[in-house]
Amino acid sequence: MKHWYKIIAVILILYTLVWGLLNDVPRLDILNETIRNVYYHVPIWFAMLFMMSVSVVQSILTLTKNKLDNDAKAYNAALVGFFFSIPGLTTGSIWAKYTWGTWWTFQDPKLNGVAISILIYLAYFILRFSVDDELKRARISAVYNVFAFVMMNVFIMILPRLTDSLHPGNGGNPAFAKYDMDSSMRMVFYPAVIGWILFGYWLFEIKNRISFIKNKIHD
Amino acid sequence: MIKKILSLVLLLSALATSAQETTSSPQMADAFRSEGKIYVVIAVIAIIFIALVAFLITIERNVKKLEKQINKD
Repeated sequence: MKHWYKIIAVILILYTLVWGLLNDVPRLDILNETIRNVYYHVPIWFAMLFMMSVSVVQSILTLTKNKLDNDAKAYNAALVGFFFSIPGLTTGSIWAKYTWGTWWTFQDPKLNGVAISILIYLAYFILRFSVDDELKRARISAVYNVFAFVMMNVFIMILPRLTDSLHPGNGGNPAFAKYDMDSSMRMVFYPAVIGWILFGYWLFEIKNRISFIKNKIHD
Repeated sequence: MIKKILSLVLLLSALATSAQETTSSPQMADAFRSEGKIYVVIAVIAIIFIALVAFLITIERNVKKLEKQINKD
């Protein structure tokens, strides 16, 4: 049964879409009902981080095993992660407009870090397209991908915690308690995170199969 | 005496109720939810998501067909 995780993904996401709008949330000023965005905006970023982790593992495997399959997988995972970052950014921007009062603020290190990380991964894609030789491309982009993953973690996980951030859980006190989440919110938030990660893995698997077919046709 | 106590109690209760009204809790979409029509929105969101998943499944089936064709050759 190889479809089990897809079914779980769909069920979990559907559950969060329905119950995320119905359950009781803490009544907080400024945030108001937008606190429910925690169920949709944050899990998208978790899925993005997960896909980038898959990508870097595949890149390391490319370097150790010297296989082109792993290189294709690393590229596909990064592509799915990149795909998640776009709705992540736009939903965050909309949320920021109605709570922080601006579409984008350069005061927040997490926003800047995410912007830089996206540019780093764009450079990864450009690097891949600019090398023609397959083996060379696999090795160079694998090395770069390890670098990109480390930099992304510095920019979006470490630096925002060292300085002050508008994001909850950042600014010197990384703790889920600061999300102002109560247990009924966690009952939606965690399934949402798992659901979107599994959904991302589904997209990744389809991309892998397509690139496998492409390779067969090229041979 | 009883009248005085009674009036005091009434006054206090009136104060208590007015105090409850003035301490405004953060605005939530209570009216929106009390109308019950939030279910319509949920239904719309759910249908869109199901449609996307169905589309994804058809894509996956197409991929499977291609895989079978390639394995035959």
